[in-house]
Amino acid sequence: MTLSAKDKAAVKGFMAKMKSRSEEIGTETLSRMLVVYPQTKSYFAHWKDLSPGSGPVKEHGIIFINGVYEAAEKIDDLKNGLLTLSELHAFMLRVDPVNFKIFIHCMLVVLSMLFPEDFTPQVHLAVDKFLAQVALALSEKYR
Amino acid sequence: MVEWTDFERSTIESIFSKMDYEDVGPAALCRCLVVYPWTQRYFGNFGNLYNAAAIMSNKMVAQHGITVLHGMDRAVKNMDNIKATYAELSVLHSEKLHVDPDNFKLLGDILTIVVAARMGTDFTAEVQAAFQKFLAIVISSLGRQYH
Repeated sequence: MTLSAKDKAAVKGFMAKMKSRSEEIGTETLSRMLVVYPQTKSYFAHWKDLSPGSGPVKEHGIIFINGVYEAAEKIDDLKNGLLTLSELHAFMLRVDPVNFKIFIHCMLVVLSMLFPEDFTPQVHLAVDKFLAQVALALSEKYR
Repeated sequence: MVEWTDFERSTIESIFSKMDYEDVGPAALCRCLVVYPWTQRYFGNFGNLYNAAAIMSNKMVAQHGITVLHGMDRAVKNMDNIKATYAELSVLHSEKLHVDPDNFKLLGDILTIVVAARMGTDFTAEVQAAFQKFLAIVISSLGRQYH
């Protein structure tokens, strides 16, 4: 399921639109994931406040979304481009890769909510493919 | 036995009573066929599905989307016994339609995304959790009679 030139263009085009609401997207995605999939809270037990829109959630939401933008810049070689991030997730954070899919689903829901007109089926397809490739690249160093 | 909170019950009833089936049904099925093209295998006799534009203007797909969505009405009306309510539909999907049950989850995810687009910020995390719980039970019940 490699990204075609059309997919890459669709992703880059949509990311440009996302930039105007980055903080909202990041916060909402993370908040939502913690509520809808409570098992994901296990990775953030050290935070003071896990409630939607709290300080740590907002801060971290931005970190997540910036990671997605960084991946988009390296869309032509995600495996090598995300090696450091993969090492982080594999050796330090040790996030079970099943959670990447959960995070992606929450992100797609938020994008659909915030951009009902722009998040067309074709854009949805391209972004889903892209995020799946990002998840794969992040899993690279796991074993 | 599934336990529903008052919030979950009223949320599900509210979502479906406010839903425009003629809009959401076609949108969900079309999006599923575009985003997960392998699901097209079940619609061999639906005519032209060659590209996104063809899928989105295909009248048979639109009509079937409405049918599928109305199929969920039974679950909404029988939230305390979805498993029994869907026994017959489960046999249909297994014995006659031969649908891989993994596809139910795909359509469920797409439906969540379409409903989110229609509801905007009203589709809060709590509403999403309730909706996904409902869909998970529908999906499990539909897969029950497979063997």
